Amino acid sequence: MYLETPKKFRALENQAHQVAAQFFRPISRKYDKAEHAYPKELDLLAALLDGMNEGSPNAVGATSASKRGAAREVEEGIKNGGNLSALLGVMELCWGDVGLLLAMPRQGLGNAAIAAVANDEQLGRFGKTWAAMAITEPGCGSDSAAIRTTAVKDGDHYILNGEKIFVTSGERAKAVVVWATLDKGLGRAAIKSFVVEHGTPGMTVTRLEKKLGIKASDTAAISFVDCRVPAANLLGNPEIDVQKGFAGVMETFDNTRPLVAGMAIGVAKAALDRTRELLSRAGCRFDYRKPLLSVSHAEATLYRLEAEWEAARLLTLKAAWMADNKLPNSKEASIAKAKAGRVANEITLKCVELAGAAGYGEDELLEKWARDSKILDIFEGTQQIQLLIIARRLLGKTSSELK
Amino acid sequence: MRTDVQGHALAVLSKVAQADWPDRFKLRHPFEKLLYTGSRSSFRYAAARGGKSKVPRVVSSDSLFDLSLSDEQQMLVEMLDSFASEVLRPAAHDADAQAAVPAELLIQARELGLAFYGVPEAHGGMAGERTLVTNALIAEALGKGDLTLAASLLVPLSAANCIRRWASPEQQAQWLPAFASEQGAEPYALAVNEPAVLADPQRLQTTARKRGGHYLLNGEKSLVLQGLNASRLLVAAQCSDGPALFWVDAASKGISRQAEPAMGLKAGALARVRFKSVKVPAEQRLAGADFDYSAFLACSSLAWCALAVGTSQAALDYVIGYCNERVAFGEPISHRQGVAFMVADLAIEIDAMRLMVWRACARAERGESFLREAYLARVLCAEKAMKVGTDAVQLLGGHGFTKEHPVERWYRDLRAIAIQAGGLHL
Ligand SMILES: Cc1cc2nc3c(=O)[nH]c(=O)nc-3n(C[C@H](O)[C@H](O)[C@H](O)COP(=O)(O)OP(=O)(O)OC[C@H]3O[C@@H](n4cnc5c(N)ncnc54)[C@H](O)[C@@H]3O)c2cc1C
Repeated sequence: MYLETPKKFRALENQAHQVAAQFFRPISRKYDKAEHAYPKELDLLAALLDGMNEGSPNAVGATSASKRGAAREVEEGIKNGGNLSALLGVMELCWGDVGLLLAMPRQGLGNAAIAAVANDEQLGRFGKTWAAMAITEPGCGSDSAAIRTTAVKDGDHYILNGEKIFVTSGERAKAVVVWATLDKGLGRAAIKSFVVEHGTPGMTVTRLEKKLGIKASDTAAISFVDCRVPAANLLGNPEIDVQKGFAGVMETFDNTRPLVAGMAIGVAKAALDRTRELLSRAGCRFDYRKPLLSVSHAEATLYRLEAEWEAARLLTLKAAWMADNKLPNSKEASIAKAKAGRVANEITLKCVELAGAAGYGEDELLEKWARDSKILDIFEGTQQIQLLIIARRLLGKTSSELK
Repeated sequence: MRTDVQGHALAVLSKVAQADWPDRFKLRHPFEKLLYTGSRSSFRYAAARGGKSKVPRVVSSDSLFDLSLSDEQQMLVEMLDSFASEVLRPAAHDADAQAAVPAELLIQARELGLAFYGVPEAHGGMAGERTLVTNALIAEALGKGDLTLAASLLVPLSAANCIRRWASPEQQAQWLPAFASEQGAEPYALAVNEPAVLADPQRLQTTARKRGGHYLLNGEKSLVLQGLNASRLLVAAQCSDGPALFWVDAASKGISRQAEPAMGLKAGALARVRFKSVKVPAEQRLAGADFDYSAFLACSSLAWCALAVGTSQAALDYVIGYCNERVAFGEPISHRQGVAFMVADLAIEIDAMRLMVWRACARAERGESFLREAYLARVLCAEKAMKVGTDAVQLLGGHGFTKEHPVERWYRDLRAIAIQAGGLHL
């Protein structure tokens, strides 16, 4: 049993930490203020990371978290692969800035979806295309099976109609992976995902949201009006398989949920580190010996937060480790996301409180982290949706029994 | 020495082969499988030791993140799981009511050979280089049966661990072989807890003053697990050069004991132990070269945490069954989110507790720093174990409040995790 960062990923972890400290932190506040301005510094970084990705399959980035990545490894025994390395990288980068990580070119969730379900021909065409992910609509978010955007086959094209909201990097990315239904009457099985490239007639970005946090990351509303998409851009199987249809599109999430948990762990660590520094300057001592009852309230609070943080971190590493070793991890991925999401939110908010006026003011980044963290308990499945998934598994319930 | 190790392993094997209770509880098969591998590995070490002095144990890689158990750990856990469900759970209610561990159970536990895991091979046991994770797994598995019974049965293993870790080689040679003997060691107890409000085990009120070739112990220990039954005490006391542990004969002059019943841990024979100028020979101060009192305390709280993981898991398993069967308003109560989400939260926190404990233990057994990890594990377990206890009662409603179900007992027992210092040792 070994629950530390594996040796072979320590260099990567350190590299990601350097990027976070030297690249993200200095521009963190700047893009919190300049909402919707594109962080041009990221282009250079993305090029750098692309280079590193080519040099090593274990380099930083969301796209390495795919089942393919794990499948390529051939050695026997316990594996530490793409899921774990991507997670470790994400944790460190988000210690720098979650918004900037989300804004990174070619690291979007759309790319993770393509990496997970595209065929080889599609991988060739879109493997290097920056792709956003568009599932959510004005009328449905959590209930993603209820989407109303339609795709109608017309020759060797599909015609898309509908409205998508909250698309991360929806304007900046070169393409968007869009969920649409082939037949509203057939429910989940009829939902397919399509790669739609910007510039396709009928696709329009209608709005960019103004938000509580992660302002460096743009959030777009996109409308599709008779938008013709080549049939070859449908990811996965075009047939409607009532038996397992939805599983295909949902598969992506077992791999990406631990990554979002990793983002939460990264930002929470930032807040913990800074708060410990500030409290230490104010005379607090942390030696992990005195009983919780005999230390100051501030010290005890930080210990508690740190324990919660470690717990979330280990749960998330576990989910990624299971994915790398091809163990079914749907429940564990949700456990990681649920725990990390709520713990990160609690930690960042408490750290503002612990640091008092300094924590609340804009001279420090603590108040920003407390705003940034909230989204991590919402997107990729809210806290409640994760609890539903976990509870259904534990109790052996279907989605019609436990709604 | 080689024949010793093999001989002892064989002795355990034959003892269990003769006992009839494993049959009654359908435990023979898992038992034999375990003992077979357990003794087989002892043979392997023995053979290896004959050749070279330091042969590394066959353990999982230290360079890859790895949550898997070794085959031997896996088998041990399976065997103890059945022991917990077939033997401990059925005995728990009455043991709690009668505030005693049934005598038969103590014999069965000795026959299981648990204490062997605390005694090094050189003294006839099965403890290798790395033992903490295995010990935590043992505690977790037994804890699923019942917290108090598991704690009580773990006291001999704890005492052996404590001596192996913190006593000098001479002291080990004197005290440890008994734990791996046919009849087992005399009953021990680890006395650390003190009764003062806001007591800090790092700043003990119990003192040990050097007087020539003796120490004089003065002070008071409280909630000492199995303290009423013990004939040997391992006592933590403050010396002029820092906190220390003493091996004390419980019959020594100046020691008085009385039952100290508490909210839970009823079967644990908790005792208040008073020391009034108790004379303890200086050579009975535990004198391991790397004695580390903070690490001793950490190994103690990790033991309680590991037990809590097991008992919490038992509570989760219990409420899952109950909530699926109990019908209210025309549906199983588990169809309601207010219920189902509580169950999901328990599962999340229990897995969190488990990983925190495992990580601290894995670090400790590799000789890495682990005080921080153990401290944080305790902070988390103390809070979450109690949450599990109280939510389990809540989910059973009024029925949870009665002794018809084990949840009220777990509620009382799990409150102890935040309170106990000492008593056990991984
Ligand atoms: C900044 C940002 C970026 C985003 N990026 C993307 C993106 O790139 N691509 C994309 O497709 N989407 C994206 N989203 C959308 C996000 O995934 C959804 O907002 C989220 O899934 C929740 O959906 P909703 O907002 O419609 O809330 P609703 O589904 O309306 O939920 C509202 C509340 O009800 C609760 N709830 C809902 N159903 C249940 C239930 N069955 N039981 C109990 N409680 C329930 C929820 O937990 C929540 O608290 C983004 C959102 C934001 C804010």
